[in-house]
Amino acid sequence: MKPVVSEHGEPRLSYGRYVAGFLGSVALTVCAYLLATHLSIDKNVLAVLLAVLAVSQFILQMFLFLHVGEERDSHLRLAAAGLMLAVVFILIFGSIWIMNNLNYRMTPQQINQYMQNQDSL
Amino acid sequence: MSDATAVAIELRREHEATEKTTIGFWVYLMTDCVLFASLFAVYSVLHGNTFGGPDTHQLFKLPYVLTETFALLLSSFTCGLAMLAAQKGMKREVLFWLGVTFLLGLTFLGLELHEFRGLVLQGDSWRRSGFLSSYFVLVGTHGTHITFGLIWMAIMGFYVWKKGLTASVRKRLTLLSLFWHFLDVIWIFIFTIVYLYGSFGL
Repeated sequence: MKPVVSEHGEPRLSYGRYVAGFLGSVALTVCAYLLATHLSIDKNVLAVLLAVLAVSQFILQMFLFLHVGEERDSHLRLAAAGLMLAVVFILIFGSIWIMNNLNYRMTPQQINQYMQNQDSL
Repeated sequence: MSDATAVAIELRREHEATEKTTIGFWVYLMTDCVLFASLFAVYSVLHGNTFGGPDTHQLFKLPYVLTETFALLLSSFTCGLAMLAAQKGMKREVLFWLGVTFLLGLTFLGLELHEFRGLVLQGDSWRRSGFLSSYFVLVGTHGTHITFGLIWMAIMGFYVWKKGLTASVRKRLTLLSLFWHFLDVIWIFIFTIVYLYGSFGL
């Protein structure tokens, strides 16, 4: 059977896009690696830099490898991806926020004190 | 109605069916993201709880992990090349690139299991501390996905070889490529948050 290539909205895959995605990802990975191993600056600044590099690579791969936004129904995919990002954000930063406040910022004495205050109210 | 129109309509119908399946699969991938997000959240909360055991700084060997990363990234790229060949209907090329992707994926999995084995043998298994539990669950879940991806890829290779690039085979190849690229996307964050952040003890 002769295989067919649909002309009705199927995204045209192109060699150039895959090569660009691959080379871009390699460059970003190497950059992140070198920054983490060779740069001695403030940890938090370094963490932010690495996060920026990771998010850049994420966006690059979403568009060049996963072809977000190329399909005819791209709005559906973008909506699902947007919802996912919102849930991910709430889950991760919500957990960190809550656990930092409950778990680390309170000593057992503080917790007892807090509970006593609550009882006396 | 001419034959050409009939073929065009048939192609269109086929493509619309493929699009629906792809959307469904995409929604699955997004929910899978939520699974990974939960595990990332657990890891972020627990990675400092070493219980007197080793911390991130002492455990991970970055050059080793960089090799793993490149194996997976390259496999994501060759998976794309397989899809390009599938779109052009070149069966032999599809089989070749799928084979290369499979071997690279297997290399990645082998490197990861070797790392796990080393950790367990030196007494730093998931039972050692909260940090190690969350580490093994997060990275292990990714590894499990890779394992299933490899099984799926082997099956698809068999189908391409046996049936050729029929419409349904190409549809499933599209889904497989989405899955595989997605796993590489998740790895970007594991590499950054677990290994790179871990290397300077954040």
